[in-house]
Amino acid sequence: MGAWLDETLTWGHALLFFLWGVILLMIVLGFVTYAIFFERKVIGWMQYRIGPNRVGPWGLLQSVADITKLLIKEDTIPRKADRALFILAPALAYIPAFAVLAVIPYTNKLYFADINVGLLYYVALSGISTIAIILGGWSSNNKYALLGGMRSAAQMISYEVPLVISVVGVVMLSGTLNLRGIGEQQGDWFWEWNFLPQILGFVVFIIAAVSELNRTPFDLPEAESELVAGYHVEYSGFRFAFFMLTEYVYVYAIAALTTVLFLGGWHAPFPFLDWVPGIIWFLLKFTSIVFFLFWIRATLPRIRIDQLMGLGWKVLLPVAILNVFLTAVYMELFIK
Amino acid sequence: MSDEKEKDSGRPNGPEASEPETPSSEAAADGAAGMTAKEGANPSADPVSPPAAEPRATVSGTPSVPEAGADSNASTAADSSSSESPAAVAGTPGGPASEAGIPDAPAAGTDDADGGTSSAAEPALSGKASAADAGTPSAEAPAPSGEAPAADPEREAKLKAAAEARAARAAAKAAAEGSAPTADGGTPSAAAPAPSGDAPAVDPEREAKLKAAAEARAARAAAKAAAEGGAPAADARTPAASASSGDATAVDPEKEAKLKAAAEARAARAAAKAAAEGEAAAPPEPKPPSPMQPQLDLAVELVRTLTAEDAIEEAYINELDGHRPTLILRGERLLAAAELLKSHPKLRMDYMRNLSGVDYETHLEVVYHLVSLQSGREIAVKVKTDREAPSVPSVVSVWETANWNEREIYDLLGIDFPGHPDLRRIMMPDNWVGYPLRKDYEPLDSEV
Amino acid sequence: MIRTEELLLNVGPQHPSTHGVFRIIVKLDGEVITEATPVMGYLHRGTEKLAEDLNYTQIIPYTDRMDYVSAMTTNYVLCHAVEKMMGLEVPERAEFMRLIVMELQRIASHLVWWGTYLLDIGAMSPFLFAFRDREIIINLFNELCGARLTYNYMRVGGVKWDAPPGWIEQVRDFIPYMESKLDEYHNLVSGNEIFLARIRGVGRYDAATAVNFGLSGANLRSTGVNWDLRKNKPYSLYDRFEFDVPLGSVGDCYDRYNIRLEEIRQSLRILKQALEQFPGPGDVMGKVPRVIRPPAGELYVGIESPRGEIGCHIVSKGKAEPYRLKFRRPSFVNLQILPKLLVGETMTNLITILGGIDIVVGEVDC
Repeated sequence: MGAWLDETLTWGHALLFFLWGVILLMIVLGFVTYAIFFERKVIGWMQYRIGPNRVGPWGLLQSVADITKLLIKEDTIPRKADRALFILAPALAYIPAFAVLAVIPYTNKLYFADINVGLLYYVALSGISTIAIILGGWSSNNKYALLGGMRSAAQMISYEVPLVISVVGVVMLSGTLNLRGIGEQQGDWFWEWNFLPQILGFVVFIIAAVSELNRTPFDLPEAESELVAGYHVEYSGFRFAFFMLTEYVYVYAIAALTTVLFLGGWHAPFPFLDWVPGIIWFLLKFTSIVFFLFWIRATLPRIRIDQLMGLGWKVLLPVAILNVFLTAVYMELFIK
Repeated sequence: MSDEKEKDSGRPNGPEASEPETPSSEAAADGAAGMTAKEGANPSADPVSPPAAEPRATVSGTPSVPEAGADSNASTAADSSSSESPAAVAGTPGGPASEAGIPDAPAAGTDDADGGTSSAAEPALSGKASAADAGTPSAEAPAPSGEAPAADPEREAKLKAAAEARAARAAAKAAAEGSAPTADGGTPSAAAPAPSGDAPAVDPEREAKLKAAAEARAARAAAKAAAEGGAPAADARTPAASASSGDATAVDPEKEAKLKAAAEARAARAAAKAAAEGEAAAPPEPKPPSPMQPQLDLAVELVRTLTAEDAIEEAYINELDGHRPTLILRGERLLAAAELLKSHPKLRMDYMRNLSGVDYETHLEVVYHLVSLQSGREIAVKVKTDREAPSVPSVVSVWETANWNEREIYDLLGIDFPGHPDLRRIMMPDNWVGYPLRKDYEPLDSEV
Repeated sequence: MIRTEELLLNVGPQHPSTHGVFRIIVKLDGEVITEATPVMGYLHRGTEKLAEDLNYTQIIPYTDRMDYVSAMTTNYVLCHAVEKMMGLEVPERAEFMRLIVMELQRIASHLVWWGTYLLDIGAMSPFLFAFRDREIIINLFNELCGARLTYNYMRVGGVKWDAPPGWIEQVRDFIPYMESKLDEYHNLVSGNEIFLARIRGVGRYDAATAVNFGLSGANLRSTGVNWDLRKNKPYSLYDRFEFDVPLGSVGDCYDRYNIRLEEIRQSLRILKQALEQFPGPGDVMGKVPRVIRPPAGELYVGIESPRGEIGCHIVSKGKAEPYRLKFRRPSFVNLQILPKLLVGETMTNLITILGGIDIVVGEVDC
């Protein structure tokens, strides 16, 4: 697929790109629908509940029903809201979330865009969502939304830094920013994957990633018990659905990115399991990360804003830098 | 509604208020009720008994026992006069001749004519009687006591005993009376059944009680009449009785309320009397001093010596409340006393358990329930304030607990707390009119 | 230096963490609170005024609705006050029933607190764990008196219903179950680093302040003041049982948390002893006059509800209705300290501190 990008753009190719885009969108929407279902089921089981089980067989259509309901809901915009920005914010949040998926490789062969600076592209685009959240919070003309938006800005900017620095070690080891390249270079045994050599970076990355996702225990921007719903408190209907979608698309993106960067991507944990297709391994790793995200949501309380900032700047950033330093020393001593 | 209010305001006044200047006839009646109760308590005119009844009265808040004469007049007036000329009746203790001038229905006139002699005679009697004829008051006493058994079954036995004693005395008196000029004293009791006879129509639930009372009285009257033989007044009396009762039945509805009040006053009196009697009946031993008395004395002494001699209006032991020492402080001394109570090493009332405001209709009251966390000793402090411009100094500077509690009292009872840091309404909306917990509060929507 | 303006924020009356319709107007400088003004009265129903036109038995359902998380203790304080005033004897079996339901209620109330407090702090699961276990108690009450929240169970002179067959055994079975669950709660939450970071040292005050503000219950005991009305002013049958009063030392939210959980354990201890001593079949209603008329006078009675001292001040004129009925509501009194605690804290701590005080708005507003 990536090969087509190098060819001249024709109507046929454009249509092909468009179709692939639509297919990816469908896959992502399907993922979001069942991620929500899966999340509710998982958390339900962890809390001695059943979870959704009414709509469709085993409740499988619950999320479909929920999304349908959101889509047909009346579209309300607060009278004193900044109308243009209020409308723009959900779209602005969603577009980068979807755009970052372009650089994710699923297997050696299955990928969309094979960009040399794929990792940078990801980090750069995902930063745009922050703007959308601030815009949404500000344009709602609601104090809770504003507080949520400001928290979100502070949090995302603070955690973007350790997130990026934590993967520098991986980049150094791989010698490339191309995600497919990074995935490819991890070995056939699971201890050759980046998460063990880069254990510090991996831990920092996971923590920062959860924070980037605004998920428990870092869900301060939408902390229900304090800010009611944070930046999207005034949103309803399909605009709210867009924020929701953004959140889960980022779950998808982060899970995929973690898989590629640290968990060996499509590689089997042992060489003798190579007969299993790479996509299966990818999906297994991907799913376990998604499960992990849901699991901590059912387990942990929320951190406080000052503790959050403290953790980001005083702990994660130094550790990430230390990781870069250690990686450099290691490479200097053993690899050269 | 207004009738009920009248009744309501009349009732609670009864046992405790009874200042002689109370203008309303009901109140006066009740004042007399207090007196009757007392007399009932000591039928033998035992001079020891009143003090025995005294502490009880203090507990229930009666500051003074009314004088006999004038009040008892009013009492009979309100009590027995279905014709509404209480003033006239009350005003004629010694003037039986003035009846002609009363522009009322003839029946009422007759009643009054009778009342001039009879209903005036009775109080006069009972007034004198305490000195002259110990028997006379008791002739009237059975009426309330006749009701009492129904009201309060557990005291039945005692009352019966008392009633029997009185019956015996009445008989003796009747015998003794012969043709004495005070023979008229018998008449009121004949007249008395009349109002009570019509009361059943007013208040069916009292029927039984009243009937019993009426019967008792009728019997007595008969006995007396028999004893009196050919006393000329006796003939005049009987028609009077029937006349007044006829009048009473025809009485228009606005009097019903009054009658009801009177009937209730009687009930209250009966209860009060029964209570008093209960104490009187018990061996007149001086009450064992309360176990909390030393605590009270200590607090009183400290407050008196260290703040001001006049800081304490009253100090007593609230036996009902587990012998809680209670101080009634003067408002202007409250703050000094509160600081003393909190900080004095012998008291250390450092913890305020509760702060309530109460509307007693005659005045408002703020009650502080304090406890010392070290010793566990408790004390209640009360401050009275008048209803028109109620104001009690704030104690927030002493116990921070008082802060919102005072705001609540301000909100619901309208008591001002000068010195409070932030006195605003707390429960009701800021623009609310009136103070809901006051007894005379009229809800905006009366149907709610 | 950038000059920032203060932000005036209305927290409540509709807010997920004010536990009902409580409202705090906060002035925020960034996320830091510079001033907090509590506003209440949104649930004020005028119970005290209504009571003046009701006879005592009729008031009992109103007390259910005051502290609806702990209706049994509120029931009890009224009945106890009237009984004390009239000098009524309560049959022993009835008193045991009361004590058992009150202690069960204390456990249920603390469970609700525990669950919602963690929900406030952002942990979702404990809420469901707590409610699962509370459900057992609620079912027990349901079996006893047909209601799950507003029981109207006690009467002046006794209780309305005797324990149905097997009920006592169910309570007996509940005790070891709850003990094991309590350990589970501790394992699950009490050591969590994030949780500890959130509540340690937050909302701290000293004993003198607590006493001055008239705090009661865990709010008072977290400062180390040993004052539990079950011990210090024994009522009901509490003087017959052995139990400890858990105390804190620091006076922060963490101490209050530990005290409440420990109180569950002590309640179970009391229950265990009460079930051992539970008397055989007998009356559950004492001899009570048909119309309850306390003698004229006044009385104040306070008991230990899960939230602190709940008290009842009755002024009677010897009628079937109280002349004045005042409830001392622990939530109302405890809440007074809130504005003082909030200044200088963050928005997040507002929720932590408010939750730590443990209020029920039905009781605050009465």
